[in-house]
Amino acid sequence: MTAAGLGWRSRLAVGAVRVANGASRRLGQGSGTVAGGRAGLAIDPSLLARLATGRRVAIVSGTNGKTTTTSLLVRALTPAGSPTTVATNTTGANMPAGHVAALVASPGASRAVLEVDEGYLARLVADTVPDVVVLLNLSRDQLDRVAEVRMVADAWREALAGRGPETVVVANADDPLVTYAARAATSVRWVGAGLVWGADAVGCPACGGRVRTDSGGPGWACDSCDLARPPTTAELADDGVRLDGGEVVAMRVALPGRFNRANALMAAVAAAASAPAGGIAAPTLTEALERIATVGEVAGRFGVVRRGGVDARLMLAKNPAGWTAILDLLDEEARSGRPSPPLVLAVNARTADGHDPSWLWDVPYERLAGRQVVATGDRCRDLAVRLRYAEVDHVTDTDPASALRRAGQGGGSVDVIANYTAFRDLREGR
Amino acid sequence: MTARLDIVVVYPDLLGTYGDGGNGAILARRAAWRGIDATLVQASSDRPLPRGDLYCIGGGEDGPQVRAARNLVADGTLAAAVADGAAVLAVCAGYQLTGRAFPDASGRAVDGLGLLDVTTVKGRGRRAVGEVVADPLPSSPSPAGRAGLPVLTGFENHAGRTAVGAGASPLARVRHGIGNGDGPDGGAATEGAWSGHVVGTYLHGPVLARNPALADLLLGWALGGDVALEPLDDREEEALRAERLSRAGRR
Ligand SMILES: [Zn+2]
Repeated sequence: MTAAGLGWRSRLAVGAVRVANGASRRLGQGSGTVAGGRAGLAIDPSLLARLATGRRVAIVSGTNGKTTTTSLLVRALTPAGSPTTVATNTTGANMPAGHVAALVASPGASRAVLEVDEGYLARLVADTVPDVVVLLNLSRDQLDRVAEVRMVADAWREALAGRGPETVVVANADDPLVTYAARAATSVRWVGAGLVWGADAVGCPACGGRVRTDSGGPGWACDSCDLARPPTTAELADDGVRLDGGEVVAMRVALPGRFNRANALMAAVAAAASAPAGGIAAPTLTEALERIATVGEVAGRFGVVRRGGVDARLMLAKNPAGWTAILDLLDEEARSGRPSPPLVLAVNARTADGHDPSWLWDVPYERLAGRQVVATGDRCRDLAVRLRYAEVDHVTDTDPASALRRAGQGGGSVDVIANYTAFRDLREGR
Repeated sequence: MTARLDIVVVYPDLLGTYGDGGNGAILARRAAWRGIDATLVQASSDRPLPRGDLYCIGGGEDGPQVRAARNLVADGTLAAAVADGAAVLAVCAGYQLTGRAFPDASGRAVDGLGLLDVTTVKGRGRRAVGEVVADPLPSSPSPAGRAGLPVLTGFENHAGRTAVGAGASPLARVRHGIGNGDGPDGGAATEGAWSGHVVGTYLHGPVLARNPALADLLLGWALGGDVALEPLDDREEEALRAERLSRAGRR
């Protein structure tokens, strides 16, 4: 909807978003997006709903892979050779203030793709009436802020239960918590995207029974109710994508790791399931896969930066599932013959990370035995103790820049795995 | 003869939310580094609980906590092992369920195992979340060859308030944080409880990563009490402790 189509209060609110964004950019405080969105919502609490009116909105949520999948979905919805006309919150500002800012920034975009924090999914579904909701996975994250992952699954379920067939839910059938929530929707495309982390789903979210994966085959099922892995329309196979449990088609993904193949498949299925927007029809699954095949870096993840004379490949891991996925990636690469460079692990526990780094003990760092490891970040001492008990040789350096220099002493490039604020600071060169 | 030790992590499928599985791993390593033949068993809730010398019970969410308590009462092995002298480290939800009663999600009292004379009720104030520093009491147990436990450090995250009865003793006095929340108006007073070879605490971290002396106390108990544990190189733990103790209260 154009600004002229909004009521006076919303026009005032949109003005406030623009003013606040400009002001905070001039003051050098971040990108300004969240401050502006907050100002707008304070003036008009229904601003998000109003800005979404008349647009097609796709929503992406889950514990891990949101930013990557959102970015890939934008690409999949953009025909080759045409400029991007999709509104999206690329900065990872994934709460309503960030969504308002994203929509205000692209007043002419008839399509929006929004990354949404798990806790805000219900509000976004109510406010934006999406045509596609992508549900990637649910596992523990930031324990001192998000207490119970099952409560999130319940909130998702309630939000989706009210939606008719105009909202298509693209759901990971390999995640029992996601399946439990998505089952309530009218229209679901089930995708076999795999599950890195199963520990949070051992108890059945529907009945409290036990979810079993040892029944043979790739499936899972509750031993005391009917919750089970649904048949998929698409699932990851060894060398591509298996469609409707039969034919396998090729899939090429430049981003490394199995979890990124999962993100790519979720994005492609979502693109194919979306409604036409602004005269642009949804791509076929094959077209969508082709469009995202060449994306090699998303929001700095897996990008190589030069810091203090050292080339560092930056990888983000925010929680046990994310860390496990990266460790899987390192193993995959080692198996394929890539030399294992020195590794810098950076861990903070600031507000955006969660103040309790106890989750370090849920990460199988034992798998790093034999590698050269430097521990850094605000909480490198917690990490050092964790590595000691994992019997991983390491040195500890509280200063990330100096940790990088240490790891890069041999002259080659280094791999860096960092959690949220540690990653952000390294990427921005702070 | 090499000492043998069976360490059992109780129901990691129900009680494993806060990295507390690390406590079992730490105990097993600290035993192995001293040449003790230690086995670490992850005991799933759908099987009978194995007999062990040392049990670790972790934190968890409300629903799984109730299921774990019911399973453990029905199973009976843990109570029998404790009666035979086995040691127990119970953390957060695990601490609450080793007591006489604890609240379910709606606040109703659920029977605990009664291994510790403590009773937990739902707190009325804010959830206790943050760093804890607590000084062990003069009466608190001491690892063999040491004069008491050093100051305890950890991270708490719980809503319950726990009263320590006459049959148990508080583990420490809170310097920073909430702990048992047994002070006036649910405020800070004591932290944790112990009796016999059972220790309960609200501290995550996990607690033994930040308090290796507590790990050695439990190992000593599990080995029969009179086994001298050779000292380990705990410089990294000491560096972590110093940092956490200097930071607590500054945020
Ligand atoms: Zn069930």
